[in-house]
Amino acid sequence: MYNFEYTKASSAGAAAEALKADEDAKVVAGGMTLIPTLKQRLAQPSTLIDLNGVDDLRGITVTGDTVTIGAMTTHDTVARSAEVAKAIPALAHLAGLIGDPAVRNRGTIGGSISNNDPAADYPGALVGLGATVKTTKREIAADDFFVDLFETALEEDEIVTEVSFPVPEAAWYMKFPNPASRYAIVGVFVAKAKDGVRVAVTGAGPCVFRVPEMEQALSSSWSPDAVADIKVSDDGLNSDIHASAEYRAHLVTVMAKRAVAGAK
Amino acid sequence: MSETGIGATVLRREDRRFISGRGNYVDDVNRPGQVYAHFVRSPHAHADVKSIDTTAAAAADGVVAVLTGADVAADGLGGLPVGWGITSQDGSPMIEPPWPIIAQDRVRYVGEAVAVVIAATRNQAKDAAELVAVDYNPLPAIISTQDSIKDGVPQVWDDAKHNICFDWGFGDADATNDAFAKASHVTTVDLVNQRLIPNAIEPRSSVADFDSSTGEMTLWCTSQGPHAVRLLLGAFVLQQPEHKFRVVSPDVGGGFGSKIYPYAEYATCCWAARRLGVPVKWTAERSESFLTDAHGRDHITKAELALDGDGRFLGLRVSTIANMGAYLSAFAPLIPTYLYATLFAGQYTTPAIFAEVKAVFTNTTPVDAYRGAGRPEATFMLERLIDAAAKEVGVDPVDIRRRNFIAPEAFPYQTPVALLYDSGNYGAALDKALELSDYAGFEARRKASEAAGKLRGIGISTPIEATGAAPSAIAGQLGARAGLYESAEIRFNATGNVTVFSGSHSHGQGHATSFAQVVSDKLGVPYENIEIVEGDTGRVQMGMGTFGSRSLSVGGSAIVKASEKIIEKGKKIAAHLLEASVDDIEFSGGNFAVKGTDKSVNIAEVAFTAYVPHNYPHFTGDPEADKNALEPGLDEQAFFDPLNFNFPYGAYVCEVEVDPDTGVTEVARFTAIDDVGNVINPMIVHGQIQGGVVQGIGQALLENGVYDQGSGQLLSGSYMDYTMPRADNVPNIDSDLTITPCPMNPLGVKGCGEMGTIGSPPAVINAIIDALSGYGVRHLDMPATPQRVWSAIREARPAA
Ligand SMILES: Cc1cc2nc3c(=O)[nH]c(=O)nc-3n(C[C@H](O)[C@H](O)[C@H](O)COP(=O)(O)OP(=O)(O)OC[C@H]3O[C@@H](n4cnc5c(N)ncnc54)[C@H](O)[C@@H]3O)c2cc1C
Repeated sequence: MYNFEYTKASSAGAAAEALKADEDAKVVAGGMTLIPTLKQRLAQPSTLIDLNGVDDLRGITVTGDTVTIGAMTTHDTVARSAEVAKAIPALAHLAGLIGDPAVRNRGTIGGSISNNDPAADYPGALVGLGATVKTTKREIAADDFFVDLFETALEEDEIVTEVSFPVPEAAWYMKFPNPASRYAIVGVFVAKAKDGVRVAVTGAGPCVFRVPEMEQALSSSWSPDAVADIKVSDDGLNSDIHASAEYRAHLVTVMAKRAVAGAK
Repeated sequence: MSETGIGATVLRREDRRFISGRGNYVDDVNRPGQVYAHFVRSPHAHADVKSIDTTAAAAADGVVAVLTGADVAADGLGGLPVGWGITSQDGSPMIEPPWPIIAQDRVRYVGEAVAVVIAATRNQAKDAAELVAVDYNPLPAIISTQDSIKDGVPQVWDDAKHNICFDWGFGDADATNDAFAKASHVTTVDLVNQRLIPNAIEPRSSVADFDSSTGEMTLWCTSQGPHAVRLLLGAFVLQQPEHKFRVVSPDVGGGFGSKIYPYAEYATCCWAARRLGVPVKWTAERSESFLTDAHGRDHITKAELALDGDGRFLGLRVSTIANMGAYLSAFAPLIPTYLYATLFAGQYTTPAIFAEVKAVFTNTTPVDAYRGAGRPEATFMLERLIDAAAKEVGVDPVDIRRRNFIAPEAFPYQTPVALLYDSGNYGAALDKALELSDYAGFEARRKASEAAGKLRGIGISTPIEATGAAPSAIAGQLGARAGLYESAEIRFNATGNVTVFSGSHSHGQGHATSFAQVVSDKLGVPYENIEIVEGDTGRVQMGMGTFGSRSLSVGGSAIVKASEKIIEKGKKIAAHLLEASVDDIEFSGGNFAVKGTDKSVNIAEVAFTAYVPHNYPHFTGDPEADKNALEPGLDEQAFFDPLNFNFPYGAYVCEVEVDPDTGVTEVARFTAIDDVGNVINPMIVHGQIQGGVVQGIGQALLENGVYDQGSGQLLSGSYMDYTMPRADNVPNIDSDLTITPCPMNPLGVKGCGEMGTIGSPPAVINAIIDALSGYGVRHLDMPATPQRVWSAIREARPAA
């Protein structure tokens, strides 16, 4: 990797200030994406601002109808949280499917969504549940947060502080992992809540997306059969050595069906 | 059987060191004042190197030198040698292009080195490498094995017309054509044996230290056979004489063949160390391993089987294109020829066989031996072809094999493709496999899967392989440019413990344990008093190294021969001590005894006497008296050159469950019965077989070395895209053994290191084809990824 300066942030606000002061600086959370990028010399930040010492970015709070997770909370913490498992089992299940134990012990929800890898799992949950992302500047609805491939609504000097998930009536996540990386080739998150049904698809396209046809069908009838014949178009879906766009489109239907079948 | 002798399950003594992080690998070796090499590698698959400007790099912090192909040429270094020559059908020798250790004027695959930066730290070397300005003129590249021989495609080498390195024929073409003419049925299969990337857990590494005062070079490098590296690099590349060249390979963290070869990076470290007067170190990064470790397999094959009306095999005709990559790696020509077509008889009596192999150059990483090396390709072809034939002629896959097996009483059995099989009972292994796998109960399991919406299939394969290379004389006739014996030295120390020096070199196989068991058994010395030394040309007299499942049958046999010499000399010493005639001395369980008496002396005392020869049959100078005289010391060497290969075999049964909605295949059950002759340590043998099966399942379902066909970029160049098998990809593997002792070596052993990798891929694919039989799927290429299986189902079942 290239040389860089290293500082520890005292608070999210201080980190945001530091980003503002130096446009080549970057925050580091779990480092599971950033450190490999540095090792491969694909990024050359001037300074790494470490969020790991900022305790109030870590933790899970469950109030009646909302689960709030601090940006620096690791995937492992979410996966093992009894409170999350009780309120939104699909969310704990999803966190437990990310990477491997080492990755889950370092990787954070804030890092994952800020990075917005098209094959990441969390974007599915955020959009599927209609979550709200809180930052050092504002609150952003999940639907508006994920913009495009590796692109979010975050400004250069804006830091994610927490994510709030409304508790649904039922939800589930089905992941079809890439056999090599185990990221999502297709991940479908379905949720049924008071204000409607959401179907969010990650992995298949350049960015997480919703499937309105499936949402409508499931609103009329919450059953696997309701989505069994709904195909998403393969136009614009990802294609690589593991899965063509066509195969991904097919998997969206299969995973959606299975997610509905598994919903709790 | 003692608790530590032959046949005992002894925990591997090397594992304490490995598990506790005390392994000593090349990257752990550091020399005072060492500097680091980092290679500048071509981003192009094919390009002219117009110029290289090293000025900025040479001036960067910490840089000691920046060397290019021009410096290699100026210093008169040789190219990397090829250890096996093949002659084409028309009598012409293979095309053997030059392979300089750093490219000169042209690059031919992505990752080929064009310069090396040597600096005080790794990071400084990498920083400066970015400053080396290489002006490339990119050329069109040929990547595809299939297309390489077509008209008008880019040419990798001017001399190799149509990119053909050699066009080899083997077997009896006329007899084979006659067999096809009288066949009542011919089955044809077109198949691909995909490119694999070895992925040893320890990346390649080298440290070179040159002592200008003595002219001695020491190279530490990741190698399966350091003597071969010394010979090939010393004599052909570096002109570093063998007696002034020590090559050390300490612990080696896996190789699978990829660490046999004398790589350019090792030579570069030696050359740079000699030139610069400082020790030079290099360790591959994982991406470099993907790009530059010799790859494996990469065949395209058309295979035809002629059968009579009873499903008996009459003839086999095979035509293969084998991708060599851009250069000829050390043993590359051997793999798709004598390690491939000689296996085409399999376990069967097929009387007429003919093979044609075109080896081709492409703009890809060189391909060489990878676990199994030629034999997995042969076995996959044959066992798939037989299954396809069974389906076509309506005979059960088990029955068709039984009908064609070589009978147990037919051994030694001469196949039509050169090999003389030593021993076997193929039907017995198959019986055992069918029993252990509960083959009879499959239908019930299939129904249960069906009820759960899954397609269940069962597949078998009955593989054979040739291990224990090789009779040197035969290898020489077939093109080998080296001998293939192995050497051993058994050195008793004065205090009765034993140091054994072996020319084999474990890279994970557990020699330190198995070899000590052999010595303990043969010499009656306590197991813990025996140390095995390997991997150092400065300590071990000579060696060919570990590959082709040869270490126990060849290296172990050399140890047995040396122990026999020890016993022979020990008898003379004992006879003197016991005041008896040598002819009356018997050796057993570590004791030399006078026949029919209770007088005996232990081998430890004999050793002590040999080194403290106060009471000894000394030389006196009187020729008559000196007939019984002895040299002091108890230290014997032996070389073993086998009379033949040996032929382990097995019967494998695989059961898969396919999810028709996603195409995901799960290996539900796997049974492996192997016959590897006598067994020294059953735990190690099972470990080798199970590990091999996992690697074979990896090839069948997961692994694929994929290049972009236009640019020649390696698309599967990291673990994000190259799918290694993991624990959750495989079921518990039921492995068991039948034992038919091998008549070709004193231990009666056969090789066990590659069987699993050779036998399992066709069993897995046959099982998937069986699962998909309802859809009329006839063939699937490896790896049978979910998308491939799903596509096969969909193509067979047009969208409703
Ligand atoms: C082997 C492996 C397997 C993986 N498998 C999966 C998988 O299956 N599914 C999956 O979803 N993910 C997977 N990941 C990714 C992992 O889940 C991490 O969540 C992800 O790498 C980013 O989180 P992090 O905390 O490590 O962030 P970092 O790597 O530290 O940072 C990532 C980026 O986000 C920025 N950033 C970090 N925190 C914040 C913040 N609070 N506000 C603003 N910007 C921020 C950083 O500046 C950086 O640009 C895998 C990673 C590895 C290494």
